[in-house]
Amino acid sequence: MKIGIPKEIHDGEKRVATTPDVAKQLIKLGFEVVVESGAGEGSHFSDAAYTDAGVTVAEGAKAIWEGSDIILKVRPPEFNSNLNSEEVDLLHEKQVIITFLWPAQNPDMLKRLAGKKVTALSMDSVPRISRAQKMDALSSMANIAGYRAVVEAAQHFGRFFTGQITAAGKIPPAKVMVIGAGVAGLAAIGAAKSMGAIVRAFDTRPEVKEQVESMNAEFLELNFEEEGSGTGGYAKVMSKEFIEAEMALFAEQAKEVDIIITTALIPGKPAPELIKEEMVVSMKDGSVIVDLAAEQGGNCKLSEAGIVKKVHGVSIIGYTDLPSRLAAQSSQLYGTNLRHLLTDMCKDKDGNIKVDMEDEVVRGATVVKDGEITWPPPAPKLSAAPPKPAEKPKDVKPSEVTEEKPSWLGPLVTFAVGGLVLLGLGSVAPASFMAHFTVFVLACFVGYMVIWNVTAALHTPLMSVTNAISSIIIIGAILQISSGEGVIMWVAGFAVTITAINITGGFAVTRRMLEMFRK
Amino acid sequence: MSQGVVTASYVGATILFILALGGLSSPETSRRGNIYGITGMAIALIVTIASVTSNVEILIGGLLIGGSIGLVLANRVQMTEMPELVAILHSLVGLAAVLVGFANFMDPTRLEHYTGVELTIHDVETCLGILIGAVTFSGSVIAFGKLSGKIGGNPLLLPARHWFNLGLLIASIWLCSTFIDQSAAGGGLNPLLIMTGIALLFGIHMVMAIGGADMPVVISMLNSYSGWAAAATGFMLNNDLLIVTGALVGSSGAILSYIMCRAMNRKFLAVIAGGFGTTTGGSSAGSDAEQGEVIALEAPEVASLLNQAKEVMIIPGYGMAVAQAQHIVCELIKALRSKKVNVRFGIHPVAGRMPGHMNVLLAEAKVPYDIVYEMDEINDDFPNIDVSVVIGANDIVNPSALTDPNSPIAGMPVLECWKSTTTIVLKRSMATGYAGVQNPLFFEENTRMLFGDAKSSLDAVYKNL
Repeated sequence: MKIGIPKEIHDGEKRVATTPDVAKQLIKLGFEVVVESGAGEGSHFSDAAYTDAGVTVAEGAKAIWEGSDIILKVRPPEFNSNLNSEEVDLLHEKQVIITFLWPAQNPDMLKRLAGKKVTALSMDSVPRISRAQKMDALSSMANIAGYRAVVEAAQHFGRFFTGQITAAGKIPPAKVMVIGAGVAGLAAIGAAKSMGAIVRAFDTRPEVKEQVESMNAEFLELNFEEEGSGTGGYAKVMSKEFIEAEMALFAEQAKEVDIIITTALIPGKPAPELIKEEMVVSMKDGSVIVDLAAEQGGNCKLSEAGIVKKVHGVSIIGYTDLPSRLAAQSSQLYGTNLRHLLTDMCKDKDGNIKVDMEDEVVRGATVVKDGEITWPPPAPKLSAAPPKPAEKPKDVKPSEVTEEKPSWLGPLVTFAVGGLVLLGLGSVAPASFMAHFTVFVLACFVGYMVIWNVTAALHTPLMSVTNAISSIIIIGAILQISSGEGVIMWVAGFAVTITAINITGGFAVTRRMLEMFRK
Repeated sequence: MSQGVVTASYVGATILFILALGGLSSPETSRRGNIYGITGMAIALIVTIASVTSNVEILIGGLLIGGSIGLVLANRVQMTEMPELVAILHSLVGLAAVLVGFANFMDPTRLEHYTGVELTIHDVETCLGILIGAVTFSGSVIAFGKLSGKIGGNPLLLPARHWFNLGLLIASIWLCSTFIDQSAAGGGLNPLLIMTGIALLFGIHMVMAIGGADMPVVISMLNSYSGWAAAATGFMLNNDLLIVTGALVGSSGAILSYIMCRAMNRKFLAVIAGGFGTTTGGSSAGSDAEQGEVIALEAPEVASLLNQAKEVMIIPGYGMAVAQAQHIVCELIKALRSKKVNVRFGIHPVAGRMPGHMNVLLAEAKVPYDIVYEMDEINDDFPNIDVSVVIGANDIVNPSALTDPNSPIAGMPVLECWKSTTTIVLKRSMATGYAGVQNPLFFEENTRMLFGDAKSSLDAVYKNL
């Protein structure tokens, strides 16, 4: 199938859905890849680089939209002023479009896509289960946003992040508070930490404490019991009392820290307001707030989506295009996410994808299938957080109950049959045989008892030593060697020779091995 | 020498043999156990030789020649070649049982000693001794060929092979009864010879049908057979020492086979009747679907992972034996232990081609045996392990044994290394293991692959440490 990648037309969008590296892999999967000329410009991938990777570069978006079976994009379709047409209208029946669609926010878009009888997969709807982590574009983008947030903060912060003592005086380290320790938050913690800042983090989900501490940051805690974990690894809305305690904490921190990075989002809801105007006033002059939730209304009331504002001496950064500001990196990660999704959908590696609604990941991502809206998908049940500890201890009893009781009939039958066989044998066989037989049976039992005590590490020496002693059969040969018959003598002589090999070989190799078993 | 002294010496030898086996319960006592074994054998030999009346020069000559060959073999063999050596030594016991059986049959005084029921029983014993001996002989030779790579490791699956085996069995029984009928009249060599031929064929076919991964079972089974052959010969010769020793060896081998089968969650009969691959058809498609992407690392990255780890578990497999990598593994763990990394070994019962194979190799490389653990001892520790290093093992670390009921190795206990924080798999290529099953472990998110020969890979890791 032919994959088409049009140039992103959203204002300021520099990302592209496929890099030359990713395209190479797609071609390996059997796809044909076509890129609109100049699509990779913003993220520094030239047309030539695409051509080198085996990609066809086509002039103009129209060719891409019309000629491809699969369209890969970053932003949702919108009005293309060059073609004077909506991108949705460029789609035709049976086409597959994969991009960020934000189906919850864009119900109209879903309807229009359905009207075009296409299949649409939304990268933001990929379920957050372990198997789908490699296609989780939200995480990829959040990671970049978190990193970039620190870089932007550094840009507007007039001082070092790291503390230094120089000849020209002491420089205190910057104090950074990160609110919301999701993927973006953790990335921001890591970036700020590696620049030398003192980092604190807050999250309503107690289970992320460990993750925060693993990044060597301090986890701020409230003396307040409430579980903030929702499904799918996101947070939920908290109670009023909790929020009050939280606000008090933030107000106190605001006076102290230099940089606040907020990443708090609750799915399908406007962003919670966490930084009030009075907190901003209480911050030191020259401080910076980076509001990653600016697009969803902002965690800080004063932040404005897309721009940097200076209020009460504090720079409030409301950029909504942080991933796009690291376009090469985010294109590469996003492209790889897309490739993983396509790999999953193209199991035969023959360049044909199948929208398999049985597959939990594909089902979750598919928002329109052949003109039918399939969003929202049935909720994924797995949460990234472990279940509450209270539920655990009760029913973890070992599953002994399910184990089948060994039937008493089995051994009984065995014993009965064995006994009958012995009786039958005893009634026919002569006494001399029975004497030997007694010895034999007893020896078997002795062997059974002794061998079970042999440690597993010595199984090989066990085999070589039993092998050596089983050549006791040499006694038979020795007894026969004195026979007057020439043939018997030679046969017995040969048997003696080969068993002698066995005796010395077996014992010697056992000794060699056992010598090695030293502490 | 009086019969009483001989019997008393035989009792002494028997006790020493039992002590020899008992000594193997721990490495400390095992060396003494081996000396007991040698003493027991020496007593039995001296007493028996003392009663030899003629042809002593042939006897001594045979003992000296055979003994020196054995010593040379034992000192020359590489520890990685142990399975082959054990297999070929088994074949000698089998061959000796056949020879002794024939020699006994050809003894003209036989008909004077036995009459009536006793003769019949004696003939049955002769038959059994030769039969088991012949199966042991040919089976061990084939096992030797498979282990040393002279014969392909894949199971040879003839159509209707179960019927073929059954036919051979019935033919043997029929020939045995013909032999008993004819022997009373002084004949019976022909049926005995034909039966030996059939037994040899049976041994060949049995081991040919068994896949390489089942070799530990085969080896211990042949070990058991060699014991039963000795016991049958003991019955034939009315010699209790042979009976007891044969029974000890026989039950030892049987228990080992049982342990190996349990470690692979396979029925003993299923192993004997035919190797892996009988049930793979349906599931291979399913396991292919699991395929994802493998993440390959280079040696320096592996070294840095190991450097950062506090708890390391090493899981060796047959690949380590093939690459002769045990010495560099030892160097590696020495370096890690000096950095206060807690290194342990996890050994699966069927790792390698013979019971206890890995332990012997590690012991050869002077790995202290108190850090070498059995699967059952350490399987619960994996969640605390930072890095598991799988060296040339595949099926014994395959999670699908636990998760995929259709897998041919379903239900087999495996080392759950995927529960550790990171797993590094050293492998030559992405080829499947002996069971022919794809291993989802390689596609786990926390699994890293280091491709290449285990020895050179580990060398490179060691240099970067």
